[in-house]
Amino acid sequence: MAGEPAKTGNHGGIARAPAAGERIADRLFRGGTRVLTWLVVLLSAYIVWEIGGSALPAIREYGLGFLIGTEWDPNAGKFGVLPQIWGTVYSSFLALLMAGTVGLVIAIFLTQGFLPAKLETAFRSIVELLAAVPSVVYGLWGIHVVIPLLRPAADWLHAELGWVPFFGTTLSGPGMFPAALVLAIMVLPTVAAISQDALRAVPHKMREAVYGMGATRWQAILKVIVPAASSSIFGAMVLGLGRALGETMALAMLVGNSNQITLSLFSPANTLAASLALNFPEAGVVEAGALMYAALVLLAITLIVNVIGASIVARSTRRLEGQA
Amino acid sequence: MSVAPGPSAFDRAAITRSWRRRHTLTSSLLTVFTWLVALLACVPLFSVLYMLVVKGGARLSLAVFTELPPVAFEPGGGFGNAIVGTGVMVGIAALLAVPAGILIAVYLAEFGRASRIARIARFCIKTLTGMPSILAGVFAYAAVVLVTGGYSAPAGGVALALLMLPTVVLTAEESLRMVPQPMREAAYGIGCTPTQAVLRVVLPTAAPGALTGIMLAVARASGETAPLLFTALFSDYWINQLGTIELMEPTASLAVLIYNYSGMPFENQIELAWAASLVLVILVMLANGAGRLLGRNRTGH
Repeated sequence: MAGEPAKTGNHGGIARAPAAGERIADRLFRGGTRVLTWLVVLLSAYIVWEIGGSALPAIREYGLGFLIGTEWDPNAGKFGVLPQIWGTVYSSFLALLMAGTVGLVIAIFLTQGFLPAKLETAFRSIVELLAAVPSVVYGLWGIHVVIPLLRPAADWLHAELGWVPFFGTTLSGPGMFPAALVLAIMVLPTVAAISQDALRAVPHKMREAVYGMGATRWQAILKVIVPAASSSIFGAMVLGLGRALGETMALAMLVGNSNQITLSLFSPANTLAASLALNFPEAGVVEAGALMYAALVLLAITLIVNVIGASIVARSTRRLEGQA
Repeated sequence: MSVAPGPSAFDRAAITRSWRRRHTLTSSLLTVFTWLVALLACVPLFSVLYMLVVKGGARLSLAVFTELPPVAFEPGGGFGNAIVGTGVMVGIAALLAVPAGILIAVYLAEFGRASRIARIARFCIKTLTGMPSILAGVFAYAAVVLVTGGYSAPAGGVALALLMLPTVVLTAEESLRMVPQPMREAAYGIGCTPTQAVLRVVLPTAAPGALTGIMLAVARASGETAPLLFTALFSDYWINQLGTIELMEPTASLAVLIYNYSGMPFENQIELAWAASLVLVILVMLANGAGRLLGRNRTGH
């Protein structure tokens, strides 16, 4: 854009006022970037409008009953997404429970001087590399490594502790726990990265004050540093949740595409995103409409969670920086 | 260690730790626990890489890159068309997302920094970052597939572009903001218009940072499966099977091939899925590594 030739030295020196043509080009270029910025706002609105519009017939047809219906039967024309919503929330919380714990520990490990600086960087790259592996590869790995590995343990737990609702079924193949475990691995880099930022944002003076009072490293970490960063860490968890809720492929490959509501960790289940991936390609017109409704529900859930998470992180970082 | 006071006045040998003290014990236990968890977190990555090298590496050969996917019981075969398809669709996505993303970043960081529309756009873009990738597919299905009347490479490209755009904009904006203000003032001082200042001074200075974002976005897009499932679908043929390049036909991609083959009961297909995963991960890591290298150079000077 605006590729005027470089004219130099018209009036002797390097500096000269822009020519009329250059001013027009400047106006056009600035206007162009402005228009594009407007377009991206319109695009965001258009995405919501397009998905919402495609879902509208199904919304009219099934109303809010869609959200509490438990049956998904395209042949009978019955559509309800409560099992998928349950599966989405349950798998995400399980994943977050695992990724949150490990992520926080790793964040502490990498920010509180457990390793020399060089090793710290190396270790950080390893955790970041987890995010670079495509989710479909995790899915493949899950099918051929995680599930066979978990099966004996799961079946033993079911045999010994079958009365506990979490172990109510055997792991016959795909299921909730392997899916949540792989999901946790995928969310871990997000949670670990944001938690590290949060811990690093704790003012140095605060740490020095605690050590000055004679606290051990762990007293300082657990009683002062982590609590000071807690709201940002909470924000990190919410953003991790947002990522987990929308993750598709690993779940589509590992969760089992079975619409049921159960606490059992080993029973197959379904999630909103996975059922979109699994059912959309072969859906007829009616089912496609219902899936668009499900997509809208997913959009709403992730949108709300992400906005909440981002605002928590932004607010608490501002507060910590204000203290520094 | 941040606790160590360094070369200080008192005798360090006099500081002793007794295991009978509760603090010492809890501290040591917590430290051991932390190390264990940290090492545990490395297991998945190394397990994935090990499987890729062992299972995928065993199947890797020239044929894999030059041949078409096999049918059910056919031995051999490859995924040459899927590599081409991934390249074509990521290319389309980059053509759409990169120029637009850079120009939007220029507006956000330079021309309209504090304007209301910039704030709204920034919010929209951050929200797009968190949008599940499958919804990009749903959108492209409704906006492109239904309109053009069929699954196609551009439909997949649009879905991928939607996922690339936020990364490109946000990293480019950040690196534009890091360009020192005096450089702009110097440019204005010799009579540059704001456009000239941006195109000849600010943008070239910020280019390495922006390139990092572009490479990271490309890396992410090449590995995405969900947005392609019902936009590009899959194809068992070359993109130029009929002599001309058929963009408006279903198009193969590495990611969808892995997905399709992962659950098949045929050993040959599963081996191919591992080999394709290895190729895909190498491609993604190369793009990622290139991006990081550029980023490091930038912070270096």
